[in-house]
Amino acid sequence: MAVTLDDLKGNKQLADRTFRGATLIGGTAIAVILALIAWTIASKSSLAFRTEGLSFFTERRWAPADNVFGALSFIYGTAVTAVIAVVLAVPVSLGIALFTTHLAPGWLKRPLVAMIDLVAVVPSVVFGLWGIIFLAPKLVPVFTKLSSWSHGIPVLGSIFGKASAGRTFMTAGLILALMIIPIITSISREVILTCPPTDSDGALALGATRWEMITGAVLTHSAGGIVGAVMLGLGRAMGETIAAALVIGSSPAITANLFSPGDSLPSVIAFEWGEATSDTKRSALIAMGLTLFLMTLLVNFIATLVVNRAMKRMRGES
Amino acid sequence: MTAALEPSASTAPASLFLTDLTTVSTRRRVKNSVMTALMGMSVAIVAVVLFFVLATVVIKGWSIVASEFPKWFTKDIQLSPRRPGPGMKAAIVGTLVATATATAIAVPLGIAGAVYLNEYGKRSLFARTLRFLSNVMAGVPSIVMGLFIYVFWVVPRGVDGLNGFSGALALACLMLPIVVRSTEEMLRLVPQNLRDASLALGATTSRTTLTVVIPRAASGIISGSLLAVARSAGETAPLIFTIGAAKRTNWNPFSGTNTSLSLQIYANAKESFPTAQERAWGAALTLIIVAFMFTFVARALSARFAKNSTS
Repeated sequence: MAVTLDDLKGNKQLADRTFRGATLIGGTAIAVILALIAWTIASKSSLAFRTEGLSFFTERRWAPADNVFGALSFIYGTAVTAVIAVVLAVPVSLGIALFTTHLAPGWLKRPLVAMIDLVAVVPSVVFGLWGIIFLAPKLVPVFTKLSSWSHGIPVLGSIFGKASAGRTFMTAGLILALMIIPIITSISREVILTCPPTDSDGALALGATRWEMITGAVLTHSAGGIVGAVMLGLGRAMGETIAAALVIGSSPAITANLFSPGDSLPSVIAFEWGEATSDTKRSALIAMGLTLFLMTLLVNFIATLVVNRAMKRMRGES
Repeated sequence: MTAALEPSASTAPASLFLTDLTTVSTRRRVKNSVMTALMGMSVAIVAVVLFFVLATVVIKGWSIVASEFPKWFTKDIQLSPRRPGPGMKAAIVGTLVATATATAIAVPLGIAGAVYLNEYGKRSLFARTLRFLSNVMAGVPSIVMGLFIYVFWVVPRGVDGLNGFSGALALACLMLPIVVRSTEEMLRLVPQNLRDASLALGATTSRTTLTVVIPRAASGIISGSLLAVARSAGETAPLIFTIGAAKRTNWNPFSGTNTSLSLQIYANAKESFPTAQERAWGAALTLIIVAFMFTFVARALSARFAKNSTS
């Protein structure tokens, strides 16, 4: 009896504790990496903030040659392209989500969902390549026509202004919309599927048409989760880099005209990195990364809260 | 609705009442049809655009890959973008090396994290916080991951810092939250009574996890990880600052600059020379095939997993 039962227990407990510790490392890695991202990027941006101060966020001019580093036009471009993307993607995504949950015959559902997922598999740089070489040149006449139609109409006239190029805010917004459709669709689908059949069947039994059932029962039930899905899409659109960098036109501008070339935070970082030789310029680009990080963090933070709350409420109800 | 019912209820005979109840006013019917058509159209729009993108890539990409076959896969990249000439081997190797290294880092770490969340942390405040943070981390833009690794890993190492391993670190940061989330979901699907049975036989939690829970969820975990691999293989932004800009094949992740298919597409798409654009299409085709292959295997595995867990 060299080994007692207590010894065995001790060994087992030691192994158990070691394993638990190892898994804990994996768990905390996420928290540690997030903290490191915030800390390292913030510390490397300090040089830019020392040179520019808070006017980094309010200065429109980006002139590295004159040592003027303003991020405002890039922040504007990021916001504008992300908003275009969401405005275009949300109706389409909801349409697809509803089609695949309430309209499509059973045999068609899986292939349709697989097709939408396939959009998410196409690398962003491939969409960018398609956008810059194939789509952008074809968009110029479309933009020109739209702008001549809307000429003179108060708001539309200035949004659809003079079109001079194929690489514009609108082009970037279009490509981004395509790229965020899968995520908005899949989360909306999940939320819509949690709608209890008693609600939708009840609406139909009361004589509602299918569309009335969808607006009355399904969408009111899923509103919270769909808002969260849209916000996750917004966050994705803001951070998407390469596709936007290729098609946005890379000339910083603050204009209401969506048919004019512009620039955004992620695209300027990717585009000018190679030419950034001075420390201040690199630091300014990293500061833009910090700005982008904080913007997406805020949006994703709110989105996650909204989705979690909506999901919890719906599970509790059903 | 009441307005439609009222007249028939008060004046019409019973038979008319029934027909009125079953017919829907034209306005409502038209609205229903229009909305149904719009829902169908949104599916059609995405299907058509996806078809256009894929068709363009396949047609334009095939013409160069086929005309340069087999040199496309065996020769290094042409040094001057304006000259025609073969080769994408350096980028193919770079993508493989960076993605494989990233997988080796992120997948074990991610699975460990998910095991902690589902088997130990469960509903505790700490675990819930970590879960929340992994959602937040999944939303961090890929370019920020690249900047992070540049500042944190590449800068301290100077010129030698630009190599496959640095690129892999950035990709691993991107993969980690995806692996954690998908693995945890799969672990949650493992029935609790399997764990209880194993624990009742005297096994510790670690032994139960390793011999009962993980094998049961294996195909689901692998499938989720493969999706993460497919995604990171196509990423460009994290590599711009970290992997360098090599044109020659480099199998060693730890020394010397490297490149990737995605970077080659990005660099060549910006050029106006037709030769460079051709090269970009060829690289795009190669990359899409790689990404689709991973996704296809992942789907097949997860279909098997779904069958196993319901039976």
